[in-house]
Amino acid sequence: MQTLSHPLTTRTVGFIEHLRMNGFAVGPSESEACLSHIIGKTTGERGLDHDRMKALLTGCKEEWDSFDKLFESYWIGAGKSRERMKKTTPSTRTSKNLPQAWKNHFGDDEAAEKAPQIESEGGTEVGETASGRLIAVDQNTRMKIDLRQFVEPDEIAAAEALAYRLASAIRYRLSRRFYNSRKTTRLDMRRTIRRNMKHGGTPIDLSFKAKPQQPVRIIVFLDVSGSMQHYSRFFLQFVKGLVCQWAQTDAYLFHTKLVRVADAMSDKNSFRAMTRLSLMAEGFGGGTKLGDCLETFNRQYAKKTLNGRSIVMIFSDGYEVGEPDRLCEQLVKIKKRARRLVWLNPLLGWQNYQPITAAMNAAKPLVDHFAVANTLQSLAAIETDLMKL
Amino acid sequence: MTNATPDIKSRLSDVGYFANDGLATALQLALNLGRPLLLEGEAGVGKTEIAKSLASILDTKLIRLQCYEGLDASSAIYEWNYQRQLLSIKASEFSDRDATELEEHIFSESFLLERPLLQAIRQDKSPVLLIDEIDRADMEFEAYLLEILSEFQITVPELGTIKATTIPHVILTSNGTRELSDALRRRCLYSYVSFPDLERELEIILARLPNIEATLAGQIARFVQALRKEELEKVPGIAETLDWAAALCSLNIRSLRDEPVKLQSSLICLLKTESDLHSIAAEVTSRLAGEAA
Repeated sequence: MQTLSHPLTTRTVGFIEHLRMNGFAVGPSESEACLSHIIGKTTGERGLDHDRMKALLTGCKEEWDSFDKLFESYWIGAGKSRERMKKTTPSTRTSKNLPQAWKNHFGDDEAAEKAPQIESEGGTEVGETASGRLIAVDQNTRMKIDLRQFVEPDEIAAAEALAYRLASAIRYRLSRRFYNSRKTTRLDMRRTIRRNMKHGGTPIDLSFKAKPQQPVRIIVFLDVSGSMQHYSRFFLQFVKGLVCQWAQTDAYLFHTKLVRVADAMSDKNSFRAMTRLSLMAEGFGGGTKLGDCLETFNRQYAKKTLNGRSIVMIFSDGYEVGEPDRLCEQLVKIKKRARRLVWLNPLLGWQNYQPITAAMNAAKPLVDHFAVANTLQSLAAIETDLMKL
Repeated sequence: MTNATPDIKSRLSDVGYFANDGLATALQLALNLGRPLLLEGEAGVGKTEIAKSLASILDTKLIRLQCYEGLDASSAIYEWNYQRQLLSIKASEFSDRDATELEEHIFSESFLLERPLLQAIRQDKSPVLLIDEIDRADMEFEAYLLEILSEFQITVPELGTIKATTIPHVILTSNGTRELSDALRRRCLYSYVSFPDLERELEIILARLPNIEATLAGQIARFVQALRKEELEKVPGIAETLDWAAALCSLNIRSLRDEPVKLQSSLICLLKTESDLHSIAAEVTSRLAGEAA
């Protein structure tokens, strides 16, 4: 390895630090390899050294894509950049700067205490004794609330616990070849041979292998449009619980655009997670274009995210401003890749509500399970249905 | 560690693989450092082919482990030859061997069936170990792989720990169908393999199909490059390009503008889903062919 007196050593250590500050997972072993195998053998050829460092210090496509910029900013004199750190530090933004569009999606303590009834067009809500009951709150009060204040430890804990329970209910699915197999178990030859040595090798006492169980992957789409604003707070807590508790979860919010929020939500610090979410929320507002959003999903993420063990959950009231056919087309694409499609509609909890919107009608034949989800209790009630999926 | 020379790029091109600078450097570094190389990229960009070409230029064996859901130790590492063991037990019925001796006998090396990972660490000359589509394997297998990739040793309970006689050159590929663990990524060098640019694609066509006319090869490369920019479910990879080029040659097409009907029918070599075939209508094909010609 190069000694510390090598002119490039300090500079390279600084570069590695620069990468770390920008979110690269570079450990001491990479630093050592970089110093001993690249700096010591540098050709002075920038392109070659760049390529070597890139192969050594990156670990995924995101790092691969951002490396060139960071390399240039450090080695070619544009200065250090700490873009990602700026984005994720909660203290860098005040509540005043938070996007207004989001504030409607979260309730506040004061309003929650008052617990007014839902102001619905379709009737009153069923099951109002629920602890996670969804409420319509006073607009003026709500607008003053900092988005990050919506985090209430008790509700978060309850939503997380429920999320975990539901995820556990659909946790494992047997591989198709085992599921379809008539035989209950596979013979474990290794154990059988050992066990039957006493019988002269004649397999009398048989040992069997346990059936392998594969965890399911849950993909959640949460509607955060205007019509869903009363429910967003509750659902966000639930989705956060799911993302934090369940390794194989991917989460997206949609409105007129689609935003992937799994990374932001997986932050265990709820306060910081919500700050990150509010930064992502800029530009949101208006109606729901689920068809367009699902098209974005199918184009950018579906290949990587969906497989035969995926369960797609859509939380939406189905008030779609886009074309129903377009929505159908995208749902069909999702159905081709995913195992099951579940649609949870909070409006189903209203008396006399019928899912008669054009989008809902078009989507219904494609949905494997259509259920109400407007309270923690109603969500808990679908546990048994999810187990059957 | 290897004696590979620095001009790995030209050596790869000698065996028909045209790597860009980044990939060639990553390969060279992986050989020099003795570290596994993780290659990510879309299906069909030539990730698997790199391992084959590397084995070819190093003049060594290619050992391939194709990953799939449910891959277990008995398919990836080793398995006992149970049929032989049963026969041996039967054959020992009339011998003087006691039970302990018999057990030692049937769980000895001669009854061990090597699977790719064990095979790879027991070669006289470092082979190229290709762990293909690691993202399809389960997370449990990925965790097990970590131990093998860092220690290069395998423990068989009946035989003890088997240490590597030579360290294989490990290439892992992933299509990104699931996120790999950070621990695995950290043990590997990394390179993202993109679709080849126009020049490289042309080089590949000319190298793999020496009888093709240069004009047609140029048109094919430009057509495929333009086609990849269309909205497709499955973007054609380099293997599809080569299939299509071969198909056009066999159809005696000398220019993409010559026979639009045949050209349209030949697109089945490039487009692999019904909706893609539907979306690239004859008008689109003739526009792309016109631009490429």
